[in-house]
Amino acid sequence: MEQKTSVFQKIWFWLIIAFFYLPIIYVVFFSFNKSKSLTKFTGFSLRWYQRMFESRPILEAIGYTVACAVIATVVSTIVGTITAIGLSKCRRVLRETINQVNNLPMLNPDIVTAIGFMLFFTSLRIQTSFWTMVLAHIAFCIPYVILSVTPKLRSLDPNMPEAAMDLGCTPMQALTKVIVPQIMPGIISGALVAFSMSFDDFVISLFTTGPGVTNISIYVYGNVKRVNPTINALSAILVFVITTILIIVNVVPMIKERRAARNVTASELESSIR
Amino acid sequence: MKSFSKMVYPYVLWAVIMIIMPMLLIVLYAFTVQGNSVLTFQFTLENFARFFSDDVFPIVMWRSLKMAFITTIICILIGYPTAYVIARNKPNKQAIMVLLITLPMWINMLVRTYAWRGILSHMHMSGEIKVYIGMVYNFLPFMILQIYTSLSKIDPALITAANDLGADSFQTFRRVIFPLSLSGIVSGITLVFLPAVSSFFIPKFLGGGRYVLIGNLIEDYFISTGDWNFGSAISLIMAIIILISMYITRRLDRQPAEQEDN
Repeated sequence: MEQKTSVFQKIWFWLIIAFFYLPIIYVVFFSFNKSKSLTKFTGFSLRWYQRMFESRPILEAIGYTVACAVIATVVSTIVGTITAIGLSKCRRVLRETINQVNNLPMLNPDIVTAIGFMLFFTSLRIQTSFWTMVLAHIAFCIPYVILSVTPKLRSLDPNMPEAAMDLGCTPMQALTKVIVPQIMPGIISGALVAFSMSFDDFVISLFTTGPGVTNISIYVYGNVKRVNPTINALSAILVFVITTILIIVNVVPMIKERRAARNVTASELESSIR
Repeated sequence: MKSFSKMVYPYVLWAVIMIIMPMLLIVLYAFTVQGNSVLTFQFTLENFARFFSDDVFPIVMWRSLKMAFITTIICILIGYPTAYVIARNKPNKQAIMVLLITLPMWINMLVRTYAWRGILSHMHMSGEIKVYIGMVYNFLPFMILQIYTSLSKIDPALITAANDLGADSFQTFRRVIFPLSLSGIVSGITLVFLPAVSSFFIPKFLGGGRYVLIGNLIEDYFISTGDWNFGSAISLIMAIIILISMYITRRLDRQPAEQEDN
């Protein structure tokens, strides 16, 4: 596939990138607007940021979003990893069935999964609250964790835990000292997926949250009808935080890799000198 | 090693309670009417009859399907060339280009759609076109990434072979590259069509309130009206239509492969 790209192709690509980034730049730009307008820039001001940090509902929404994402990530990563390990060792029929069932929330439209949860909670006469939302988040995150841990388990040498147990490890030690460290990259990427799914979720949260509990998405949804520039400030801060995290996540491994490569060449040099 | 297999059992119980039960409840609600208690419910087709005999509902359903279909087509037409351009670059450059495409996806969909509201308010266009822009914007990255993945998996030796055998670049594309990337298009269709049919905040943000899709209907029946039985019936109809269209799409991918086998 590798070939020189023409100027036309380069322009096409950058146009698409411009399309993707335009609204993000727009919203950050207008978050510094002096007036309420979303179309006319009248001057620089930080008043919407100030307004945002004084707004109780926004701060609460941020708090609920983060708390829910953290709890959902921790629980779904642990449960998902345990289940994935069990799945890799259990009978084929059971594994196929569980995989099919896990596909349901991933292939169903969000809104169908969401009303399923809503009907479920009310049928059991469970009053919806922050915790029903967390429960729903855990439920839809687990399949994604299983999905990202399973490939790592498949490439794991099955003799390793056996060897550990022959050498006197209990099954629990074999699990925590042999299996888990080896599938760690899969667990971490599963946790990242779970966190971002939960953090950005709107539809499932809307249907499973209790009265008075809103996350960021629900807050934006509820305030979109009025002109509310504090949302611009909130969006700009989200953009800023997420971009910083992504840059760190993406750049740090690159630097590490480069350093590792340098070390390798250094040690190679050393050994060749010897 | 056998003992590890026991680790599945808690999740089996969890999956029955948290995945299967909610789905069954939607079906149960769809086939009953309000006022039935759990013990004495009566089976009825009234909700479905009401949906199909109404003037509005089938039109909304049709409109949602048409909108999702056109969105998917636009995403293929824009996404394919984009993925193709990415795949033609050097591997390290490809990684950066893919990163540029994925970065905006990390920012909340509602926030990005809300931003489009501001941009599009400068322009005089119908609500329908605005909704299309919002849909394509939100779902195009999925299509690009799926097609790119399938393109990057193509063995370069196949292209060299095609060239050596006298195929010009267009023939190579039509006979070698395109058929091999079809699986990416099919999985891209799933990732675009599915959320596009059921989307309800995009039409609400950009359509100016007059543009109602099936997702908005479901939301209304659950959150405003409180007629959960009818809402469940609409969801079930939507889910079945989606299932059928997914089945047809999957076949698109399989057919050429089968012909090759023969």
